Amino acid sequence: MTELTNLKVAEIRDGHRAGDFSAVEVAEAFSANVAAAKALNAFIVETPEHALAAAKAADADRAAGTLKPLSGVPIGMKDLFCTDGVQTTAASHMLEGFVPRYESTVSAKLWDAGCGMLGKLNLDQFAMGSSNETSYFGNVISPWKRKDGGNAALAPGGSSGGSSSAIAARLCPAATGTDTGGSIRQPAAFTGISGIKPTYGRCSRWGIVAFASSLDQAGPMARDVKDCAIMLETMAGFDPKDATSLNMAVPNWEAALSSDLKGKKVGIPKEYRLEGIDLDIDAMWDVGIAMLKDAGAEVVEISLPHTKYALPAYYIIAPAEASSNLARYDGVRYGLRDLPDGAGLQDMYAATRADGFGPEVKRRIMIGTYVLSAGFYDAYYTQAQKVRTLIARDFEAAFGACDVILTPTAPSAAFGLGEKMADPLAMYLNDVFAVPASLAGLPAMSVPAALNREGLPLGLQIIGKAFDEQGVLNAGLAIEERAGFTARAEKWW
Amino acid sequence: MAIDQATVRKIASLARIAISDAEAAAMEGELNGILGWVEQLGEVDVTGVEPMTAVIPNQLRLRDDVIDADPLTGGNRRDDVLANAPAAMHGFFGVPKVIE
Repeated sequence: MTELTNLKVAEIRDGHRAGDFSAVEVAEAFSANVAAAKALNAFIVETPEHALAAAKAADADRAAGTLKPLSGVPIGMKDLFCTDGVQTTAASHMLEGFVPRYESTVSAKLWDAGCGMLGKLNLDQFAMGSSNETSYFGNVISPWKRKDGGNAALAPGGSSGGSSSAIAARLCPAATGTDTGGSIRQPAAFTGISGIKPTYGRCSRWGIVAFASSLDQAGPMARDVKDCAIMLETMAGFDPKDATSLNMAVPNWEAALSSDLKGKKVGIPKEYRLEGIDLDIDAMWDVGIAMLKDAGAEVVEISLPHTKYALPAYYIIAPAEASSNLARYDGVRYGLRDLPDGAGLQDMYAATRADGFGPEVKRRIMIGTYVLSAGFYDAYYTQAQKVRTLIARDFEAAFGACDVILTPTAPSAAFGLGEKMADPLAMYLNDVFAVPASLAGLPAMSVPAALNREGLPLGLQIIGKAFDEQGVLNAGLAIEERAGFTARAEKWW
Repeated sequence: MAIDQATVRKIASLARIAISDAEAAAMEGELNGILGWVEQLGEVDVTGVEPMTAVIPNQLRLRDDVIDADPLTGGNRRDDVLANAPAAMHGFFGVPKVIE
C-alpha cells in the first residue's frame, strides 16, 4: 500500500469509503508527519486529538452506513478561521491566547462534512504579507530548496504560507486559505500545489478574522484541481450571517470537471507581459498557452488597460479597510491589553495596539488611516475606488471575447527569506498578477505548471467570469493533465 | 504630498498606536515611499466613473426582526462574550477609570 500521507483528498475519501484503510490510520499518519515537521513552523497549534476524534467518528459512520461527504479526511485550518475552543491568533500577539466560543461558518461546514482538524496553520500576521515573514510566531519555511548546492531557506509565499508549506510537505492533504490580494494563489504557486479563490461572496466570511472585507475570500488549497473542487463544494454556500454572502446554490463542481476545452476561448492579457520579468516565467506562460490550445481552446489576445494601476489601488483600498476593521482591537473585549501604570483609557488603547501589532500591520493601519482622513479621502480613497471600477470594467469587456484568462500567478519563483523584507514595495509587487482579479471579485486559481532552472515550482493563474468557478477549474485541469507536475520537495525537515 | 514626522505622529494618534520618535522617523520614509508610489493613480482619467461600492452586485438583506434569530449571534451569551475579555468584572467589560 502507498504511504497514507501521499494520498490526496479524493483518494482518502474514496479509499476510506471502500474500506482500504481506517480513518484513524490516516489521521495518525498525518499527525505524525505534523509532529515531525517542527522545522517548517507551519502550525501554530497542533490538534491531533481533533483529527483523531473526527476519524473515529468517520470509522463509526462507515460501520453504520452513515458516511458524510468528507468522512475520514484530515485537513489543516488557517489560523484566521475562528475555531470553537481552539486558540485563534491571526498569527498576531494581539490575539495570542484568544479562544473563540464559536466556529466560523467555513470551518463548521468542513467539520459537518466529516473532516478532522490537524491544527491551526501559521500565516502572515492578520494575513498581511506575501512571504509569511510577518507572523508573530516566526517564519514558515518552504519545504523546497534551490538546486544550487546552497541551503537558503525559502519563503512559502503568503499570507497562507502555513497552508502551502504543510500541503507541499505532506503534513495535510488539503487546507483552508484566505485570499485578499493573492494569499491563496501566490503561496500555492511558490510550493507547487493548487489553490482557488472563488467569486467574492461564495464562501462566508463569518468567523474569519477580517482584513479587508470587500476583498477577503476563503478558498481551498490542495494538491490537485479535483481536490480543490471537492473542498470548495463543502466550504461554499449562502450564510445569512455574512451580509455579502451570495444567495446561490453551490454547483457540483467535482462532478462537472472536464478538461475538454473545445469551443472555449482563452484570453491572454498583453499588459501582463512585464518588461524585465524572469525568462522562466514568460516561457512557462507560453507553454501554458500551448497546453490550453492542445485541450481544444482557442487563444485570443485581450487587453486589460488598467492593469498597472491595480496594485496601487489595492494598497489604498486594502489598508483603508484594514484600518477600520482592526479598530476593534482595543484591549477591552478580547485579546491583548497593555495598561501602563496610571494610564487612562486612551493611553491603554495606544499602548495595547503598539504592543499587539507587528510592523507591517502598523504600516498598513497608518496608511489606511491617512488615506481615509479628512482632506485626503477623495484624493486617495475615492480615486482608488473609481480606478477599481475601471479595473472591473476591463475584465467585463475582456470576457466579451473570452471565457477564461491565463496568466502567470506570480512574477518570480519563491524567494529567500529576508530577501524582500527591507523594502515593502518590492514585497507588494509579488501580487502584481493576483490583485486585479481580487479587486474585481472574480474566481481565480493557481495550478503548478513547471519547475524553473533552480528546480523551484512555478504556477499558472486562470481567472474566470464571476460565478464561473467551473470554467476556472476545467482550464486548471487541462493544464494539470498536460503539465504532469509530480515534482515534490526532497525531505530535509 | 510628502508627509513629515508631525503628520506621522498625528496619524498614529488617530489610529491609537503609540509610537516612539525613532519609529516615527522610520515610518516617515516608509509611508512616503508607499504614498509616492500610489500617487500614480492620479494619472487615471476617472471622469464620470462611479467609485466601486460592491464588487459583485448583491442586494443587502434585512433579517427578520426577531430576538435570537440565530443561535450563534443571538442573546443570552453574556459569559461567552466576556470569556476572552482581559478584565471582565461583574458581568461587564472592565476599563480604566475615565475622568474628564
